[in-house]
Amino acid sequence: MSTTASPRKKSAPVVAEWQLRLYVAGRTAKSEAALANLKLICEHHLAGRYSIEIIDLLVNPKLAAGDQILAVPTLVRKFPTPIRKIIGDLSNKERVLVGLNLLPLAAAKA
Amino acid sequence: MAQTRAKKDAAPAPQLKKTPTGINGLDEITEGGLPQGRPTLVCGAAGCGKTMLAAEFIVRGAVEYGEPGVFMMFEESTQELVDNMRSLGFDLEKLQRQRKLALDYVHVDRAQIQETGEYDLEGLFIRLAYAIDSIGARRVVLDTIEALFAGLPNQAILRAELRRLFQWLKDKGVTAVITGERGEGSLTRYGLEEYVADCVILLDHRIIDQVSTRRLRIVKYRGSSHGTNEYPFLIGSHGVSVLPITSLRLDHKVTDKRLGTGIPGLDEMFGGKGVYKGSSILVSGSPGTGKSSVAASFVHAACLRGERALLFAYEESDSQVLRNMRSIGLDLAPWVRKGLLQIHASRPTLHGLEQHLVLMYDLVRQFKPSVVAVDPISNLSNQHDDVGLKFTLMRLIDFLKQQGVTAMFTSLTADATGPVAASEVGVSSLMDTWLLLTNLAYNGERTRTLQVLKSRGMYHSNQVREFIFSDNGVDLVDVYLSGERVLTGTARIAQVAQELAARQLRGTDHERRMRDLANRRRALDAQIAALNAEADERAGEVQFAIEREKFEAEGTAARAREIAAASGRQKSDRVAGRNGVKSARAAR
Repeated sequence: MSTTASPRKKSAPVVAEWQLRLYVAGRTAKSEAALANLKLICEHHLAGRYSIEIIDLLVNPKLAAGDQILAVPTLVRKFPTPIRKIIGDLSNKERVLVGLNLLPLAAAKA
Repeated sequence: MAQTRAKKDAAPAPQLKKTPTGINGLDEITEGGLPQGRPTLVCGAAGCGKTMLAAEFIVRGAVEYGEPGVFMMFEESTQELVDNMRSLGFDLEKLQRQRKLALDYVHVDRAQIQETGEYDLEGLFIRLAYAIDSIGARRVVLDTIEALFAGLPNQAILRAELRRLFQWLKDKGVTAVITGERGEGSLTRYGLEEYVADCVILLDHRIIDQVSTRRLRIVKYRGSSHGTNEYPFLIGSHGVSVLPITSLRLDHKVTDKRLGTGIPGLDEMFGGKGVYKGSSILVSGSPGTGKSSVAASFVHAACLRGERALLFAYEESDSQVLRNMRSIGLDLAPWVRKGLLQIHASRPTLHGLEQHLVLMYDLVRQFKPSVVAVDPISNLSNQHDDVGLKFTLMRLIDFLKQQGVTAMFTSLTADATGPVAASEVGVSSLMDTWLLLTNLAYNGERTRTLQVLKSRGMYHSNQVREFIFSDNGVDLVDVYLSGERVLTGTARIAQVAQELAARQLRGTDHERRMRDLANRRRALDAQIAALNAEADERAGEVQFAIEREKFEAEGTAARAREIAAASGRQKSDRVAGRNGVKSARAAR
C-alpha cells in the first residue's frame, strides 16, 4: 500500500498511512479550531499513522483548484483513497470520523 | 486647480457605465452593454443558451475589447467547454495561452463532502481572486453557481456567502455574468435574483408550430433604459445573435444614387436610371410570372457591376437556381466562383422566422453585399401569421437600409384574379418600389406583363409592359394598345405584323402618289412652257404691230411734212428766186 508513493513532492518524506491535508485561509478562528480539532482526533484514532499538511490558500492560492477547494477550512483525505473532503471547523467529532471513514455511519448516529 | 478637478468630478456621468458584450444585437437592446463593474444575471431553462451567451461575453471581451476574462464553471469541465466553444470558432485554449482567458472548473461532489461545523467559501473567493489577478481580468462568468446549492447542504451559509461574493465582485470592479437555471414561478431555482439585482436577462426557448425559437428579454436593468420586448435570438455558427425589434430607429441615410435592375426595359420605366441605391423593391405576382427571374437579373446586374450580391432562395436549391437561370441566359455560376455572389438556399421550415432573419443578418454582416434578393418572402410566412412576417420584414428592411443595401423581395400572390393588394403579405407599404407581375390570358395564350405599382421619389411609367424571356435574360417590350385592349404575346406579334404590312402598303401608296404628282408637275411645266411661248409670240406680234403702226404713222407724218415742205418751197422759191438772184448777184 505504501509503496505507491504520492508523486507530490510536498507530501511528507515518509509516506504515512493516512495523508491528510487541511486547507485554510489565513489564521482565522475557524482554521485554528479546525486544526486543533483535527490534531485531537488524529492523535486519538490514528496515532503515528498520519501526516497532516496545512495549506494556507492566502499564501498559495493556486493550490485551491487542485483539490477543488471551495470552502475553508476543508480537510482532504488524500490517502487512503477515495479522496474524502470534510468542510467546516471539524467541531463535530463523529461526523469527522464518518467523513474519514473511521466510523460507520450507524455508529456515529448511535 | 482643485476646484476645476472637483468640477470635473462633479460633471455628471450622463449614463451608467456599460461594458459592451460584443454580441450581435445585445448591445443595441441594452443600449451599450451590461452594467460595468456589476453582476448581471442570465437565467433560463436548460438548453436555452445561457452558457453560450456567457462564454461569448468573455471571448468577445478578450478578443475585441482587450478585456481579459475569467470563466468559472460549475457544471461543465474545462475540456467540455473548450470543445463546445471550438464548434463556434472560438479557440479558448489559444486565449488561455495568450493570458486573455482563465478557465476554472469548480467541481462539487456531494458524495465526497462531509459537513461539520462552521465554514465559509473563502476558498472559492481565493480561487476567483487568483484567476482574476493572474490575467488582470475585467470580466467574470460564473456558470452556473447554483450548482453549489446541490453540493453544499448548508443553505444558510451558502446564501450568506453568495451575497458576500456578489458584493465582492462589485468591489473588485469586474463585470460579471452569473447564469442561473430557471425555477418554478421564479426567475431562478434558488432565487439568485435576490442577490444579483442590477441586470437580469431572461432567456427562453419555446416551440411554436413545431418550430423552435429562442427569445431573450431584459427583465430589469437598474439605472438604464433598455429594450423591454422579447427579442428572438439565435445561436448560429458565429455565436449568439440577438435581433432587436424596436431599438432600430428610422434614421437611415439615403442617397440619390441609382442602380440598374438588370432589366433595361424596367430601368427605362424609372426614367432610364433604375432604382435608388439602398431602397427596397417588392416583386409580387402569381406563380409562373417570372419573379425569380427578375430577382436573378437583379443580382446578375449587381455582379456585372462588380458588386457583391446575396441571394436567399427558399424554393430552389442553389444548383437549381443556377441551372434555371442559365436557361434564360443569366449565367450566375461565374459570379459564385468569383465570390461575388452567394446563394443561400434553405427550406423556410428549417428555422423559425426570426432565426431566418438572424441568419440573414449574420450573412449580410459577414458578406457585406451591395444587393440582396429574397426569393420569395411569402414562403417564410407559411408557419406564421402575417403579422409576424410583417414585423420580421420590417426589421430586415430597416437593417438592410441602414447597411445601405438594395434589397429585392419577391412575393407570391395566391391568384392573379384576386384583388392585388389583399393577397399581399402586408408588406407593400414597407417597400419603396412595388412591381406587379401578372399573367394575361387572352386568345388562348398566357403572357406575362409587368407594371410599376409604386416607386417612391422618382418618375415611373404607369404603363403596363410585356415581360419577355429571351436567351439574353429578361426584358420588357411596350404593349400594344389596340382599341380598348392591351395586346401581348402572339396577338402583339400579329398586330406588329399587321401594322408593318399596313405601313408598307401605305408606303407604296405614298410613292405612287408622289410619282403622280411629279408627272402632273411635268405636264403642267410643259403647258406653262407652251403658254409662255404663246405669250412671247403674242408679244412679238403686238410689238410688230406697234412698230408697224409707228412706222406708218411716221411715214404719214413724213409725207405730210414733205407736202408741207413742197408747197412752202414753191413760195419761197419765188421769194428766194428774187432774193436768190439778188444774192446770187451779190455773190457774184
